[in-house]
Amino acid sequence: MADEPAPDAAAEATDDPADAPNPDHDTMLATLRDRLGADAVVETATAYGDLIVRVAPDRWLDAATVAANDLACDYLSFIAGLDWEPAAREGDEAGGDTSSPVQPTERTYGAAGSNGRFQVFAHVQSTRQPRGLTLKTDVDEHAPAVASWVGVYPGADWHERECWEMFGIGFDGHPSLRHLYLPSEFEGHPLRKDFPLLARVVKPWPGLVDVEGMPGDAEATPVADAGDTPAVEAGDAEATS
Amino acid sequence: MSTTGTPVTGFEVARSSLRHLADAQVNVELDTGDMILNLGPQHPATHGTLRIVVRLDGERVVSADPIIGYMHRGYEKLTEFRTYPQITTLINRIDWLSSFANEVPFMTAAEQLMGIEAPPRSVYIRTVLTELSRIATFLLFLGEMGLQVGALTPAFYGFRDREYVLNLIEAATGGRFHPNFNRIGGLKDDLPWGWIAECRSTMKVVLDSCDDFEDLVLGNEIFEARTRGIGIIPAGTGAGYGVSGSNLRASGVDWDLRRDRPYLAYPDVDFRVWTHSDGDSYARYWVRLQETREAARIVLQCLNQIPSGPIMAKVPRIIKVPEGEVWVETENPLGQMGYYVISKGATGPFRVKIRSASFSNVSILPWLLRGVYVPDVITILASLYFILGDIDR
Repeated sequence: MADEPAPDAAAEATDDPADAPNPDHDTMLATLRDRLGADAVVETATAYGDLIVRVAPDRWLDAATVAANDLACDYLSFIAGLDWEPAAREGDEAGGDTSSPVQPTERTYGAAGSNGRFQVFAHVQSTRQPRGLTLKTDVDEHAPAVASWVGVYPGADWHERECWEMFGIGFDGHPSLRHLYLPSEFEGHPLRKDFPLLARVVKPWPGLVDVEGMPGDAEATPVADAGDTPAVEAGDAEATS
Repeated sequence: MSTTGTPVTGFEVARSSLRHLADAQVNVELDTGDMILNLGPQHPATHGTLRIVVRLDGERVVSADPIIGYMHRGYEKLTEFRTYPQITTLINRIDWLSSFANEVPFMTAAEQLMGIEAPPRSVYIRTVLTELSRIATFLLFLGEMGLQVGALTPAFYGFRDREYVLNLIEAATGGRFHPNFNRIGGLKDDLPWGWIAECRSTMKVVLDSCDDFEDLVLGNEIFEARTRGIGIIPAGTGAGYGVSGSNLRASGVDWDLRRDRPYLAYPDVDFRVWTHSDGDSYARYWVRLQETREAARIVLQCLNQIPSGPIMAKVPRIIKVPEGEVWVETENPLGQMGYYVISKGATGPFRVKIRSASFSNVSILPWLLRGVYVPDVITILASLYFILGDIDR
């Protein structure tokens, strides 16, 4: 597990046969650098045949324009948010929930890196040639907002509304940022990592204790050590051996 | 309005203008302003709980605002609290008419991250079952679309023939709707004895049934009148909205991920990508009908070529997926389905972005419904063919 931002992306790119150098990636990168300026393309990576380009936040809209006009990527797959904050730890810090998979506790960033906690990423592709591209940009944690893509891809409308309600990331220039899935009085941003899974808060995961004591049984309450060694821990030991 | 061209006398002039005034008065009294119609969330044409707030001027739609989320289950959040094998259960319920097809891209994503390759036999069985889900999904559409324009008969044909296909899926996987049959690295079981012969004969039934639909529905004058020229999606607009699958091919876009980003056993089979240049509701029906036939042909080809061998690769007992991120997309019955999986080396994913087809297919509705008549709203909804679970996730 790496502490520093994403050294894995480059390593994967070399040892995976699916990541043979793709000449089209170089063409796309050259066009992006040419149209946006070399410093607007912050970092790039390849992951399993997909080109990932991280662009400067202030060039987010320009990146979409270049992708749509110069790279022939006329089709928008999705726009979504990312929260790199480590997930709540199991045990006491997760409200006693030991059922969810244990994620690393230090913050690491994915392919093409990140400058902070939040990112917005999107996938665009061409319907005319086999070509696709993932674009990422950093979002300021304290004033989370980027430019809206609605003017370039009309389908961005709903994706950005979803991202806004799930991550609290604003989109400047969006015609009407309002709730998409959730009721309009909903507070909070559910897909942020610090937002608990409410179903587990209300009632602990029942799968941990399989046997319920009979009424009147002295040991009716679940044994304490049964909760301390969840299945995931056993799996850790097995996988490393 | 005076009937005699130029008015002769002053009296006639006065009478004429009085009549104009009276007409204007009547118009003011009849002008009810815009009427707001709540379509759904229980309307049958919405396949579940899609609500569309339609603003009407007479019979014409001025604006339409789809309101979704009545079935939002928060799968993107739930995946962060599940292990990889547990997530199959969730994604089965995204597009519940073609659950098997939902599983394939997620399993592929996990396999790519782990560096596992599913054995050839399981790849072929996956292809067959994906195409069977496509046939089941489309047969329902072919029948139900008739229902939406007022023809009851096709619905019976559609449901009957879909049942044959669902029986096949059930025989192989154990589940009619939610097979939960894929495993990371292969499949749960091999095909049961005699299944391939059964499947061959069912495909002949499906091909015959497609001919029936062609006669019953496409050749019907009323059906043509209700669908031709209704709900036209231009190719460029459709792509910009992220409309995919048969809906986009009905607008003349020759784009099919099965051919353009080959996955599973599709490179080994010979099939045609059907397009239609009209982009209207009729074209969407026509393209899906052809694709049902094509899917049956793909199944027959796969059954002839299916190799023998194991159905599971060697996979560790505890699935731990190495750090990395991957985007996998497939051509599902409803359109492009994709998962962007980010792993941090744990037993569960760090983040999964689920790109479902219906979400984008329906997001074009505010644009598409502007200016159409109320009855056409229903045929447009039916011809776009969405599943609520695929919109709301």
